[in-house]
Amino acid sequence: MKDSNLQHQMNVVVVGHVDHGKSTIIGRLLADTHSIPDGKLEQVKATCTRNAKPFEYAFLLDALKDEQAQGITIDTARSFFKTEKRRYIIIDAPGHIEFLKNMITGASRADAAFIVIDAKEGIQENSRRHGYIMSMLGINQVAVIVNKMDLVGYNEQKFNEIAREYSEFLGRLNLRPVSFIPISAINGVNIGARSTDIAWHKGPTVLEQFDAFELKDSRTSLPFRLPVQDIYKFTEAGDDRRIFAGTISSGTAKVGDEIVFLPSGKTSSIKSIESFNTTEKKKASTGEATGFTLTKQVYVKQGELMVKASDPMPLVGARFRANIFWMGKAPLIREKRYTIKLNATRSSLKLVNIINVIDASDLSSEKNKQQVDRHDVAECILETLRPVAFDLVKDIKFTGRFVIIDNYEIAGAGIILEKVADQDSTLHDYVRDREFSWESGTISPAERAAIYGHGAKFVVFTGDETTTKDIIATELEKQLIHSSFKTYYLRMSNVIRGLDSDIKYGPEEREEHIRRLGELARILTDSGQIFITSVTNVDDYDIKTLQLLNSPHEILVVNIGENKFNSLVPDLNLEAGAKAGAAVEAVFSLLRQKKVLLDFQI
Amino acid sequence: MTHLEKLEALSVHILREAYREFKSLVMLWSIGKDSTVLLWLTRKAFLGHVPFPLLHIDTGYKIPEMIEYRDKFAKAWHLNMLVGENSSALGSHQTFPDGKLNRIECCKALKSEALKHTLSGEWPRKRFDHNLGDYIIDQNVEAFTGVIVGVRADEEGSRSKERYFSPRDKQNDWDIGDQPPELWHQFKTDFAPGTHIRVHPLLDWTELDIWEYIAKENIPIIPLYFNRGDGKRYRSLGCYPCTKPVDSTATDIRGIVEELKTGKFVNIAERAGRDQDKEDGGGLETLRREGYM
Repeated sequence: MKDSNLQHQMNVVVVGHVDHGKSTIIGRLLADTHSIPDGKLEQVKATCTRNAKPFEYAFLLDALKDEQAQGITIDTARSFFKTEKRRYIIIDAPGHIEFLKNMITGASRADAAFIVIDAKEGIQENSRRHGYIMSMLGINQVAVIVNKMDLVGYNEQKFNEIAREYSEFLGRLNLRPVSFIPISAINGVNIGARSTDIAWHKGPTVLEQFDAFELKDSRTSLPFRLPVQDIYKFTEAGDDRRIFAGTISSGTAKVGDEIVFLPSGKTSSIKSIESFNTTEKKKASTGEATGFTLTKQVYVKQGELMVKASDPMPLVGARFRANIFWMGKAPLIREKRYTIKLNATRSSLKLVNIINVIDASDLSSEKNKQQVDRHDVAECILETLRPVAFDLVKDIKFTGRFVIIDNYEIAGAGIILEKVADQDSTLHDYVRDREFSWESGTISPAERAAIYGHGAKFVVFTGDETTTKDIIATELEKQLIHSSFKTYYLRMSNVIRGLDSDIKYGPEEREEHIRRLGELARILTDSGQIFITSVTNVDDYDIKTLQLLNSPHEILVVNIGENKFNSLVPDLNLEAGAKAGAAVEAVFSLLRQKKVLLDFQI
Repeated sequence: MTHLEKLEALSVHILREAYREFKSLVMLWSIGKDSTVLLWLTRKAFLGHVPFPLLHIDTGYKIPEMIEYRDKFAKAWHLNMLVGENSSALGSHQTFPDGKLNRIECCKALKSEALKHTLSGEWPRKRFDHNLGDYIIDQNVEAFTGVIVGVRADEEGSRSKERYFSPRDKQNDWDIGDQPPELWHQFKTDFAPGTHIRVHPLLDWTELDIWEYIAKENIPIIPLYFNRGDGKRYRSLGCYPCTKPVDSTATDIRGIVEELKTGKFVNIAERAGRDQDKEDGGGLETLRREGYM
């Protein structure tokens, strides 16, 4: 093969039902194009002789012992080969249903796909399921290989029947195959070379089809999207750059561009594009794993979506309609909390409703299913615990798809079809139901306040500085008690080791800690007390959650140090390192102003 | 983007993902070309910094220049450099060069076992002290839960089945039949206590990609890879009793790239000079299931 400096590489996946000959096709293609390292063919042949087995081209790929023993591909194998046009990675995906998650792994990396169908067996369950998955993965260049034509005597009519039936199926998924190719992998017919056995076939050979696939990336012309993977500040190494790092999933950005972070809505502009061992960069484009510094420092968490102010904005919401594919051993159910990984963000996730479950092998649907089982495809409504930023898959597919984690595993994958209004989100529903059935004694809150001589309140101290917060909160409790106000200060550490001892302490569990704190506040404020606590690094959403859970009673937010809230305005802002005495006085005056404490009582 | 730019971007993305998700992270540095490229990509990902330690498993039979090279760059790039070894096997001469073990058993003892126990913190780790300019016993014995490794899919059959993020259980075992799905830049980064993750940022790279990237970036690679006048060079580095240099006239990176593209090695597997691969049908696979890199 002629050598050239081939700058382009294409990933092509080969899928299809088990035993329809995917590995044989690839093995044959590699052998026919002399793409196998010298030792390998001999090595595999020698192993076959030693084990008294006839040599098969599939063994080249199914190099693992397990696979040779069972004669099926259990995982995706990658092979490299090149033509004069470009380089290829061929991904051999397993056809057996048990290994569907391996097939998805392989196929998700592909720019184009071959679907293999056995001419004698015809279209099988996984021929259809794999077609469906190609469409869901967003692979729109698909060619269909009809293999084992030798077993049907290279019969054109048989080939046409399969082509017609399968075209019709793919059409329902809005997939139009670029070609149908009749071949016999075992005899090397229509793989690298044509054969007189199939003179009637005027379309491409497999090898020709490889080069006929288009490798175009239209992502640069789309709006700019950068999922913020991390924020670096390597101060200990004497580097004071604050770098927003991530891989650009679409579009282009340059120095000076105005940018917006979502869901927080914070704005700034690009000061520099950072890189190592390159010349200075003024522009960064789709696919680059890059880093930006900003002109105005903003407090943003990793996981936000960085976009350009001049581009169409992504959506922000907590509820959406999605098509999902389930791979988990346990079914997807309503009663359980999951984790979603969407772009660079993670959030707690709930299944709200199943619209219908589709059998991917024949596209029939089932409306009344209560759970999504392994290998099911379902259209459903999902809800994240806090709002996330996303695009619809029809607009920008790269920022409109996600995976679902169940019990440490990636158990589902999905694409977002539509944002659903979330004013009546799960938490609102829940609080409404709770309040509706809340049973009180004969003492009304007003009566209780009159007897106690003060109102109830939930006072939350926030901010970075744990020690100052605790000192002020402790002092506040003391002074309120000494003034005969029914007060209780609860340290979060007591909750974590007590009430919350059954849950871990991590980002996803944080939401459950907040929920329990909110429920506890509801009880304590209902008892007529001033309930004080301090929580580190709460955001707008945490406060909204606490507020909602504590309702109908009210919350007071006292922030210490830099105010990191997006839009929420704390009831009181104290400087970092504020003295306890002055701080307590400020809170007292706030409580008076809010009519929790009445002037004459102090 | 060119092919090399795409490879670089994905590797950087994977490294950043690993750094974000794993608090106790380490990168294996064998001093060879692949893991040196990995180290370079780390500096790309973190804009000049290497924010996690590097671990070298010293079998005691490494070509001496490899150790010199390691320490030179540990100093120059201010790396947090760790070294581990199987001191009991070396001390009691239970090795292949001592005639006590076959090649596979020796790899298992000096590499797999040493690696396993160094990662878990059970065996001592030596850390390069930049003030003293020498190695001291590291006080940190915490187990590493994320291990970044420079394996490539084109090296050998079982490696072509790896994931970018590949879980290992308590025994370091790799369950090939039940691997996590990976799609759309989402990887398995959640794991149960007691398990850990191997991270493979170079999975999609070929031997030729590695050399072309070394040339493009001008990465200072160990000179053992070049013919230095004796008509021989190493194509793959390992322990001197089991790694043979190949005949070659390539004296620089350009020469190696030419040799791989059009010359004598165009169709010869890279690990052909590694004797342990030939001992049984699935030699490397057996080792990999048991934790070999």
